[in-house]
Amino acid sequence: MSTTAITPTPVPFGRRVKRFMADRPLIPLIILLVILVVILQILRPGIVNERWIANTIKFAIPLAILAGCQTMTMLTGGIDLSVGTVATMSAFIMATQVVNQDPAVAFLLAMMPAVLIGIVNGIGVGVFRVHPLIMTLGTSLIGTGCLQVYQRTVIASGAKIPDFLAWLGTGLTWGIPNALLLFVPLAALIVFTLARTGFGRLLYAVGDNERATRLSGVQYWQVITALYVISSVLAGITGLLYIGLIKAPSLSLAEPLVLPSVAAAVIGGTSIFGGRGGYTGTIIGALILTVLTTLLTILQMPEGARRILFGLIVLFVTAAYLRIVEER
Amino acid sequence: MTSNPLLDATGVAKNYGAVAALRNASLSVLPGEVHALMGANGAGKSTLVKILTGAISANAGRILIRGEARDIRSPAAARRAGLLPVYQEPSLIPDLDVLSNLRLTGTPVEPFRAWVRELGIPDLDIRDTARDIPLAVLRVLDLARALAVEPDVLLLDEMTAALPANLAEKVLEVVRRQGDSGRAVIFISHRFVEISALCDRATVLRDGETVGVVDIVPGVEEKIVELMLGTRIVKTHVAARSAAQKAAPAPARPRLAVRNLRVGTKLNDVSFDLADGEVAGVVALEGQGQDELFSALAGSIRPSGGTIEVDGSPAKFSHPIDAIRAGIAYVPGDRAEALAMQRSVRENIALPFSAALRNWGPINMRRERAKVVSAIERLQIDTRAQGEVQRLSGGNQQKVTIARWIAADARTILCFDPTRGIDVGTKQEIYHLVRELAGNGKSVLFYTSELEEVQRVCDRVIVIFGGRVVDIFPVEEADEPALMRAAYGLPRGAKADIGILADPQSPSSGTNP
Repeated sequence: MSTTAITPTPVPFGRRVKRFMADRPLIPLIILLVILVVILQILRPGIVNERWIANTIKFAIPLAILAGCQTMTMLTGGIDLSVGTVATMSAFIMATQVVNQDPAVAFLLAMMPAVLIGIVNGIGVGVFRVHPLIMTLGTSLIGTGCLQVYQRTVIASGAKIPDFLAWLGTGLTWGIPNALLLFVPLAALIVFTLARTGFGRLLYAVGDNERATRLSGVQYWQVITALYVISSVLAGITGLLYIGLIKAPSLSLAEPLVLPSVAAAVIGGTSIFGGRGGYTGTIIGALILTVLTTLLTILQMPEGARRILFGLIVLFVTAAYLRIVEER
Repeated sequence: MTSNPLLDATGVAKNYGAVAALRNASLSVLPGEVHALMGANGAGKSTLVKILTGAISANAGRILIRGEARDIRSPAAARRAGLLPVYQEPSLIPDLDVLSNLRLTGTPVEPFRAWVRELGIPDLDIRDTARDIPLAVLRVLDLARALAVEPDVLLLDEMTAALPANLAEKVLEVVRRQGDSGRAVIFISHRFVEISALCDRATVLRDGETVGVVDIVPGVEEKIVELMLGTRIVKTHVAARSAAQKAAPAPARPRLAVRNLRVGTKLNDVSFDLADGEVAGVVALEGQGQDELFSALAGSIRPSGGTIEVDGSPAKFSHPIDAIRAGIAYVPGDRAEALAMQRSVRENIALPFSAALRNWGPINMRRERAKVVSAIERLQIDTRAQGEVQRLSGGNQQKVTIARWIAADARTILCFDPTRGIDVGTKQEIYHLVRELAGNGKSVLFYTSELEEVQRVCDRVIVIFGGRVVDIFPVEEADEPALMRAAYGLPRGAKADIGILADPQSPSSGTNP
């Protein structure tokens, strides 16, 4: 629907537009985001204000970080489906441990399963060559099981959300979400890593042609293990941020974010087959999905219809976007 | 030759983004002729072939088949129109047996078998899985599969590249007969010998345009080269001369000493030395263990026996990184194996810089740029399409694979058939480069499937047969008959009569040197 405005109309103007878009893949995404916001404003005049923007950003950030995990793993031709479980685990452990422990100790305890699952994923994929989809799905299930066992042991002590996490997750300073304090440096670091570091280069190269990287002396297992550990740690941090936002620890806290995080990366132009994509597109993809969710909520449809529409729009946007960006 | 053309393409153009692969190409093929399609790398041969066979669609141009305008939108449409290609890469699906592959394309089995026998492979089991069949045989099977459906126009892209001499001969024979029987063959090759023996006419492309159609008569080579290279001809002459110079004297301790190397069943017992400043050629027929030799030296596979010594100390390679640390770099014959096709020229050349764990941090962009640019300049890589390596021509891609190791300053380079399927001009540049490397004290191990390259490039030649070294001799004695004899398993010292006894299939394989 909305993309008709940016699909090229008659040649040669359309061709020029297309070329322009192909050179700057971010532009069509930003246009789509603006269009969605405009539609929202038309449907509910006055909804788009400072508070709404801050809220949208707050909810987009956890999604964007998890989508960062997907972006990086997808660049190598992989995927990390354990991010939801890892985020949930760190959030849940944090909330329950902080009751009796020093916050720093609770933080370390909360990050432990993240690192552990990251290492297991990395070794499984990098050394034993298990398909990332299966590997991360497996560790995700194991993690969920462990969390259930863990829950019994702490059921008496209760849970609380540390103040600084609540401040970080929901707080505003001069109308700007505090979560940006965490997200902006993190996003800058990811973008920089992908573009300007040896590790970033290797992610693209491994996803493009693993044999070529091997012949160039790259040790696949090192890259993959580091990658999945990083992905898991990011997911753990996201969990802490997310618990500050949602404020209700549960055993499926971040699970609903997993598939949208994959969708955000794909909408943002990262190829699921590896070798292509970047994080800036992913961030906008996360924003698009968050705005879209608001839009569909406002339409007051039954849940089922909303999901159907969400799925259709994601498919349509991805197809249209690839059409615009890929030439030939 | 007055009949109407079977295939007549005019004004064909194709753009990839800003890069024009074809500007104005035309090709007209008469019934009963073998028509050569020639051009330097990047001239647009492959693009034209892909358009004619429906693999990609042209931006402009008209294609007439038997006088009728046809819009070839897919390979299937090309097939129906009677146009059938045999590409450079084998097209059988590796995990299926030959028979299933035939069924997939609706190829009749009996004619296929007949052609396979005709092409010099008497003992093919069509239940064999394609993956287990050697490359050279696969290419012949591709050809047989095309011949079996009796196409009007057969397109052969570098059909004889990587074929051992005996198979190549059969292929050429069959192609010639195809022409004589009133069909047409479009033949792409970089080997003049084949073209002059086989073809009636040649269409020459340069920079995406058809620059001439010539009849093949004795002495036409000069004209074709002139057409293909345009202004570049002067340079290739210079390169040819400097490539012929001889190397520096060998130093005392070898850079690389290989002793009794064995790999599985393919490589049985290979020993040789490689000195600094030396180019050692490796010559072997298809599948004699040369692939395993190079892979073992590159650290890609582990040898099952024997030793490799680098600078006098024994080395064990369990990953290519070990070989690279010892200064040994491997340039594989298949470019697709060495390049990250969607990445830029720069990233591909800089790839080894980031390989080691300690180089995973921020990249010094300026220093990297300087190294990459100097390597690009040294190899004269055409960087118009440098954003993605896959948009470069084959020759330029090959240069990128070598440039990587020039930039990384490898001391020993293992080149596996580096000139396979690339144009004359680029070949000259590569010969020149290899000699220059040797002149700078580097060492090069150079496997080639084209015997005349040995004399242009190498100082010594190691001939391997059945996984063993048959003979090692200086380049002065490495004329083509001697090489061919050795490649068939006969060392220089062997008497002619012993040779006939030992190798009854090829009694004509050259006189005693």
